[in-house]
Amino acid sequence: MSVAYPAVFAALLFSVGVYGVLARRNAILVLMSAELMLNAVNINLVAFDVWLKDVLHGGQVLALFTIVIAAAEVGLGLAIVLLLFRNRGNIDVDRQDTLRETDEPSDAASDEPVVTGEAR
Amino acid sequence: MTVPEIVFTALGVVAVASGVLTVTTRQIVHAALWLVVSFGAVAGMYLVLTAEFVAWVQVLIYVGSIVVLLLFGIMLTRAPVGRSDGLDSRNRPWALAVAVGTAVVLVTVLWRGFRDARIDLEPGGGSGEEIGAAVFRQWVLPFEVLSVLLLAALVGAIVLSKARRADGSRTPEEG
Repeated sequence: MSVAYPAVFAALLFSVGVYGVLARRNAILVLMSAELMLNAVNINLVAFDVWLKDVLHGGQVLALFTIVIAAAEVGLGLAIVLLLFRNRGNIDVDRQDTLRETDEPSDAASDEPVVTGEAR
Repeated sequence: MTVPEIVFTALGVVAVASGVLTVTTRQIVHAALWLVVSFGAVAGMYLVLTAEFVAWVQVLIYVGSIVVLLLFGIMLTRAPVGRSDGLDSRNRPWALAVAVGTAVVLVTVLWRGFRDARIDLEPGGGSGEEIGAAVFRQWVLPFEVLSVLLLAALVGAIVLSKARRADGSRTPEEG
């Protein structure tokens, strides 16, 4: 089997994941697209491990490690998404703009009184 | 085309098509279910590549736990279960352009670079025995570090999702 088959399908799956991460608004769908990209990388790792007949099986072991890290990432990501939902009431990634620069000129913003946090 | 190439191509088409459905469907639960199909097809691709152990781990962890976690997240955030139009952001055309550009560049480079390289598929290279020996002989230190990482992620998820008491709160909304 030619190495091009797994490589090309992995590239296509990665591109689908890129589209999902950029185009989706719901944070959970963004996480799903990131999983698609991780899968594409895993296909490459396994294919090149089998092609090069690695005696240490570095590619397949790294694919296993990637799967474990993906599980940890989804667990943490979902905890963050749930916290976001509890505090803000929505999980749309393009509505989380608290830290965004405003479109107004900066001198208008400097007239606002500086809000200092109360000592607690 | 040989038989493994035909099977691999079929599985790859299924994986990419269900991936496309995952990122374009208008129903969020359907996206999670199409993700199951995509992960299953990727597991089949691992089997064709003789990586049996990775294939079963893929089925167990991706299909078994990650998709279930995502479904839990969908339920807990009270996402719209039916058809909804608010799932895509405004920059869809740009996302499509970037994705198509990535696909064209990567596929061109990989096809030109690896068209003539051949994989000899011999069974046994990815069996549980081989992978287990590799993990617990050569890769045992990364394996142990990974367990610490998993513990840290677990503790972090618990700390993040623990409900804060009002008197101990540090955020203005809850205080």
